[in-house]
Amino acid sequence: MTTLSETLRRPRIDSTNGVWLALGMTLIIGGILVATDGGSLFGQNSTVSLLQRAAGLGIVAVGQTFAILAGSLDLSVAYVISLTSLIAAETMAGSDGRVLPAILAVVAVSGAIGLVNGLLITKLRINAFIATLGVGLLIKGYLEQGYAGPAGSVPVSFQHLGYDRVGPVPVAFLLFIGVAAVAWLVIKRSRFGHHLIATGGDLDVARLSGVRTDWVLIRTHIVCSLCAGIAGLYLASRLGAGAPRVGAEGGYDLESIAAVVLGGTVLAGGKGGVAGTVGGVLLLAVIDGIFNQLAVDPFFKQVVRGVVIVAAVAIYALRLRRKVVRKAAAA
Amino acid sequence: MTVEAPTGPATLGQSRRGRWGAGSILPVVVILALLLIAVGIRQPDFYDPPALLAFLKRAAPLIILAAGQYFVIVAGDFDLSVGSLVTAEVVIAARMIDGDPSATWPVVALVLGFGLLVGLVNGLVTTRLLVPSFITTLGMYLILVGAVYTWTGGSPRGALSEEFRMLGRRGIEGVPWLGEIPYAVLILLVLAALAILAMRSDFGKVLLAVGDNPRAARLAGGRVAGVRTIAFVISGGCAAVAAILLGGFGGVSFQVGAGLEFTAITAVVLGGVVLGGGRGSVVGAMLGALTLQTLLTLLNLLGVAGALASAVQGLIILAAVAIGGLRART
Repeated sequence: MTTLSETLRRPRIDSTNGVWLALGMTLIIGGILVATDGGSLFGQNSTVSLLQRAAGLGIVAVGQTFAILAGSLDLSVAYVISLTSLIAAETMAGSDGRVLPAILAVVAVSGAIGLVNGLLITKLRINAFIATLGVGLLIKGYLEQGYAGPAGSVPVSFQHLGYDRVGPVPVAFLLFIGVAAVAWLVIKRSRFGHHLIATGGDLDVARLSGVRTDWVLIRTHIVCSLCAGIAGLYLASRLGAGAPRVGAEGGYDLESIAAVVLGGTVLAGGKGGVAGTVGGVLLLAVIDGIFNQLAVDPFFKQVVRGVVIVAAVAIYALRLRRKVVRKAAAA
Repeated sequence: MTVEAPTGPATLGQSRRGRWGAGSILPVVVILALLLIAVGIRQPDFYDPPALLAFLKRAAPLIILAAGQYFVIVAGDFDLSVGSLVTAEVVIAARMIDGDPSATWPVVALVLGFGLLVGLVNGLVTTRLLVPSFITTLGMYLILVGAVYTWTGGSPRGALSEEFRMLGRRGIEGVPWLGEIPYAVLILLVLAALAILAMRSDFGKVLLAVGDNPRAARLAGGRVAGVRTIAFVISGGCAAVAAILLGGFGGVSFQVGAGLEFTAITAVVLGGVVLGGGRGSVVGAMLGALTLQTLLTLLNLLGVAGALASAVQGLIILAAVAIGGLRART
């Protein structure tokens, strides 16, 4: 068992180190660049907005990490975020007493969407890409049919989640770290976590070893959608209302996948972890922050983002190959 | 060094999985026939040759995109960059032509060249740097969108010349019985024939073998990286052609290619092609695109509003793919 968990852990640590190293270097180089420009990357305002931005994407990306580790993926998260932000704001309707029912409603709806995704993938054997894309289209149709713009309203008490902070750290960022910590524990310490890694590594081998892979995948998708629901709650709190296009316009579907992969989790599943994802999310946020401070063209940011993602994955892949070659030579 | 696959994996898959199974085009043909009958009932003059040709003209860009995407998917990859490539091409064309008719043909060549180049970069990064194609093309998507916005400063400039738009809009006029034969339909027919020929060639057989089992294909002497790269180049080229046609239909905007990558992938899967590679035919992929376009036409005729249409589309895709998957299992 020790050897198994060791082999499972080894590549994970490797790529996680990679993203934290990249993050450190980006912080140093970015800090110097911003300082020579006369600004400060580590000032109170820029740090707060940097962490604020990381929180929403981060929570979604933690959920996406589960899906990708299991060898699946979820393209419906962007629409789940929009939908749950509306459910939250409309259920609350500005009243303090209805915060709890709203949260429960969001949990129920996002959990149900995850269940549908999981059932489509496991029982109807639809490829995860198509299944979650189809579910996303369904939700998109409902949103566009029913809503032209923001709806509902969030009471002031609930806006604490979006605006309060402890020192320079926003509450929402603490929520993200909390979600990530729970996810880390689940993946590293629980039976579900080990089954998840096994399923993502090789579905058939996992099934033959007695893992109920269908049930693992269903739970994985429920977790992923729940995370999107939490992000929806956060965005509702931040915006003060539900927004039918906030998820799609934020690009949360592809960006969350990018953050996970940037964190060293292998897209094919079975290798990686939440710690890397946190690094990936922070790296994307720091790059964003640096460019904001330097007042670089916002569209150019996207170009850099694309290059960084591809380059990072290329480096991981080359390193992994070198290691395999070295191992083969040693054997 | 070419490989003769002992049995084409497509035929192998069909004999194993039955005519209804994954990789077969029979389900999509049935769905298409049902949709066409429904459209015909709702609008009887749909089957007049000119109306039919006009419909094919509208469907041509998506069919071409689906054909290009097929080559990538059947080798086990994805191309998520095609939608942004279409947008980039149209914006580039408008800015370079800037209403000057004499610039038309050089710009058409430039657009095609740029499409092939983007495909080549996608292919090389995927096969040489070992980046999963999902990430490569996602990165390319971000880069293209960002670059186009940066280059134009946020709103498209320039205008397409009438000669450029002619390719998507007009056709050979005065043909007896048929009326006008749109250039788009002619281009579609030529590309479809080329795609079918390509899949019958050694290249096509190796491509299918690569998608089915890359290691086996490599051990059998197939040039795996080479054919995968060529598949991306084909996809980029197809996106360029689709961009030229779409630029002709509509105006110049950043929305022209938005979401087309998902529509094209959906069309390919609807045509019975399996994500992950190795199974399915290019004819199926193109029929899948035609089916999707017919579905949208039907929804339009039935007065289903644009918003709800995407929900119905999602539902039908899920149903179609689920039926295909269940048939494959039994």
